[in-house]
Amino acid sequence: MTSSTADPHTFEYLLPSLGADMDYGSIIEWRVSVGDTVSRGDIIAVVDTEKSDIDIEIWHDGVIEEFLVPTGEEIDVGTPLARLRRLEGDTSPTPPIPASAATTPASERPRASPLARRLAAERGVDLSTVTGSGPSGAIVEADIHTSTPIPDATPPTHQPQDATAKMRALIAERMTRSNSEIPHYYLSRVVDLTALENWLTAQNAERSITERLLPAALYIRAVGLAAARHRELNGYWNDGRFEPGPAVNVAMAISLRKGGLVTPHVADADKQSPDEIMSTLTELVNAARSGGLRSSWMTGATITITNLGETGADLVHGVISPPQVALVGFGRPALRPWVVNDELVARTIATVTLAADHRATDGAVGSRFLATLASLLEDPEKL
Amino acid sequence: MSATDAGNMPAMTYREAMREALREALAADDRVFIMGEDVADYGGPYAVTKGLHEEFGRDRVRNTPLSEAGFVGAGIGAALGGLRPIVEIMTVNFSLLALDQLVNTAATLHHMSGGQFNVPLVVRITTGAGRQLAAQHSHSLEGWFAHVPGLKVIAPATPEDARWMLPTALADPNPVIIFEHSVLYNESGPVGPATGPIDITKAAIRRAGTELTIVASAGMVPKALAAAEQVAKAGVSAEVIDLRSLRPLDVSTLTQSVQRTNRALVLDEGWRTGGLNAEVAATLAESCFWSLDAPIVRLAGSEVPIPYAKHLEDAAIPQVDDIVAAAINLVRPEQ
Repeated sequence: MTSSTADPHTFEYLLPSLGADMDYGSIIEWRVSVGDTVSRGDIIAVVDTEKSDIDIEIWHDGVIEEFLVPTGEEIDVGTPLARLRRLEGDTSPTPPIPASAATTPASERPRASPLARRLAAERGVDLSTVTGSGPSGAIVEADIHTSTPIPDATPPTHQPQDATAKMRALIAERMTRSNSEIPHYYLSRVVDLTALENWLTAQNAERSITERLLPAALYIRAVGLAAARHRELNGYWNDGRFEPGPAVNVAMAISLRKGGLVTPHVADADKQSPDEIMSTLTELVNAARSGGLRSSWMTGATITITNLGETGADLVHGVISPPQVALVGFGRPALRPWVVNDELVARTIATVTLAADHRATDGAVGSRFLATLASLLEDPEKL
Repeated sequence: MSATDAGNMPAMTYREAMREALREALAADDRVFIMGEDVADYGGPYAVTKGLHEEFGRDRVRNTPLSEAGFVGAGIGAALGGLRPIVEIMTVNFSLLALDQLVNTAATLHHMSGGQFNVPLVVRITTGAGRQLAAQHSHSLEGWFAHVPGLKVIAPATPEDARWMLPTALADPNPVIIFEHSVLYNESGPVGPATGPIDITKAAIRRAGTELTIVASAGMVPKALAAAEQVAKAGVSAEVIDLRSLRPLDVSTLTQSVQRTNRALVLDEGWRTGGLNAEVAATLAESCFWSLDAPIVRLAGSEVPIPYAKHLEDAAIPQVDDIVAAAINLVRPEQ
């Protein structure tokens, strides 16, 4: 996120929104120094959001001239963090703000009905955090009912002991919004994972422990391919209509040992090989559990997977992560009696579920998606 | 009134109900008489007074020359002299000839005489479009009269109100104008027995609802109810208020309703600009601002003289489909 300055040779780097629920954050540490030359994609700072510590990337090449905010100070999204000097010969316009980071400027008064304003004031709801469902995105009464008051309006400080509670409050806010705003429909399909399991065993037999593939990588790959074929489920519900995702970015819910979860994504999951996905997934899981998730992993997911794993429950009816329109759940694979070629045999069976936004799609679309997904999972050579 | 009660009541047309009210008034009080154009032998242009002159004689059901200024003025004089005249004006378009008598005399004498003179006059005026009578017989100018202090202006929209608002109007010591929408005369509905004097200054909730309030009067009331029935099938709960009294407006009933439903759709068969609907909408904006979840919407007559051709006449005034569309758009803007 960048902004032009009066001096055409410099530009400002603004605090990006690292998710729809982020309104403020603070710099924990700078990863660059004044005078450093940075390139697009370089990590320049670690930001404390309520969810986790995230490495933020620069979107435009330049030389750091000055830091504009001290570390540790609570700042709103959109606040200039640093001024950078353009590189010699750089006459390109300041790049547009990435869509995922675009937010309403703090000074702009949100459109809201008088009733919505009164209710928001009575309940301590900050209108700038509410998504309007009325005409032209105006906030109306119903939007206030489905929003949650800011759990802690006092300026938060970087206190690790509060982080879990804050993450809980954020998850509560997002999931409440999801379940009250999104008319979910749920479909499930029982999938025979024997072939996939055998294929993985054969693959992994030739690999060292660190190179081994986990089923999750294949799930991400399969969901990526299925989402690419059923684009209606890959994207966002915004302002009363569906916007297809620009790519297939499959997020994976990763639970944290201290409690809570994060959902970083694997970009272009439909185009990457299982090995590439596995290596990204390892990075994501390590980063999620140790801190240090990159901002580009945290924004832009177009569909999400929740995987209950080998010891989990058999079936999950997931809650969609707004503004996405679909969530795929993988239940516990287990040996079950199964009929194959008229014979009863033991097979590895799992129930795959789809929770989808009925505003964006109907059950027929979801059903076709699950059929595609099942055919991919049952024939791992296609992955 | 419960549905069972309504079911046990005799059904009557609006015309019959009004005629019954007039007959009762003539029978009950010798001071009461009716005058207007063709009200005697012809039975009135809309047959409301049919048969009354045979029953009560030509002194009490009197034909007048075609001079609204003259016979309304005579009515004011008779009222000042102690009688209780009921003056019929064939259509609101013609009432303009009597505006001077009504606005400068009937409405002002009580005030200008320091309370010494009252004008206990009742004027019945037909209003509204829908019968292909073209621009000189079809307008809705009730709002003009509702503008004037010193007048009470009422608009019965049901046979029940046609039957029972007249006695209260006649008992009023000051002028009351009754607007009768021409398409209502053939409407039929239950009419209950007398229950004592009724309040003619209160609005009535004709249908309870939770998501928007449709404010209607006169000929718009049946359309509003039909629209409310239709939008209910689309899952929209509309409350319908029949204003009944155009002056004074029952602000309290309107306000309480909109504070519950948070949305208002104000109907008016008359022209939008400067119309009564503007008064209602502005009043609601003042009294309900912090309860409004959407802008107040008005649906009014097109700004044209009412056309003769049926399809053009229909297009010139709000119809049920227009009300349905406006109501749904107000409550579910996404659909």
